[in-house]
Amino acid sequence: MKPIATTRSATGIPTGRLAVWWLIASEIVIFGGLLASYVMHRIGHAEFGDYAAHTNTWAGALNTLVLLTSSLSAVLAHEAAEKRDGPRAARMLLFTILGGAVFLVVKGFEWTTEIRHGFTITTNMFWSFYYTAAGLHALHVIAGMIAMAFVARGALANRELQRVELVGNYWHFVDIVWIFLFPLLYIAK
Amino acid sequence: MTTLSTERHEEEAPRASGEEPRPAEAHGAEHEHAHANPVKVWAILCVLLVVSVVGPMAEIRIVTLITAFGIAGVKAYLVAKHFLHLGAERRYIAYALAVSVAFMVLLFAGVAPDVMEHHGRNWKNVAAAKEVERALHEAASDEH
Repeated sequence: MKPIATTRSATGIPTGRLAVWWLIASEIVIFGGLLASYVMHRIGHAEFGDYAAHTNTWAGALNTLVLLTSSLSAVLAHEAAEKRDGPRAARMLLFTILGGAVFLVVKGFEWTTEIRHGFTITTNMFWSFYYTAAGLHALHVIAGMIAMAFVARGALANRELQRVELVGNYWHFVDIVWIFLFPLLYIAK
Repeated sequence: MTTLSTERHEEEAPRASGEEPRPAEAHGAEHEHAHANPVKVWAILCVLLVVSVVGPMAEIRIVTLITAFGIAGVKAYLVAKHFLHLGAERRYIAYALAVSVAFMVLLFAGVAPDVMEHHGRNWKNVAAAKEVERALHEAASDEH
């Protein structure tokens, strides 16, 4: 028997997809609150510009490119799933997971360098925001990678291919969050 | 397929296995919408990324605001429209997401006046003002 999320669409949208939209709506409130708080503090604290000068713009730009590329592979996975090509969808999802891994490795190098220079989460308010926002985002990347691994496993056997779109939608949202984090934390100096 | 929106699907691709066919009404929006070529959208996003990195190097405030934050908005719009296919989704989803964004704006409007300013007609945030002064002084002495 199939789960209700794949068979019911009382709202005009399959319940599984509706749930992902609901998740995204609640995530907007979480990240939106964090980013709005950062923006108001950034405007009220001129010294944030000096602190932000220590963040690595090129690492941030590279990670933006990586996430945009992984979003592309998530879309290609969705297209493959619509054509019922499960193995290709799985390959594209694995490529997306690889993008997430590269993102985390770059972030790891970045954080290591910053911490070695004495910039930790308790250094001041800017670095508290920096590590909280980027860390929360990185946790979402990890969650997406785990979910995608499960979906890819099913897709490989041509099972539950509708989930490819759902996990892709979540990934695109994570990408959008980073699109806003990048200029806020790395460019506004 | 020479532009972003020329690939019109006459028939929606077969449903992925495991999912029941959607009601005809629910199909409506997706049936008619045009899918952009995702590789072209990605290429445009990459060009915008380059602009958002290079633009602020001019160190002109207005250019930084436009190239960094204006372009972030454009990039987010492209991802939402062409990757998330938000435009092809049922309208109430966009409204639900808009409500979430409205909550964020409400938070900003309610709290920002007290955070962005350090003094008002009958109040003064001494701690915040001192912190800004201390940090700027420290940054200036580091430069020397």
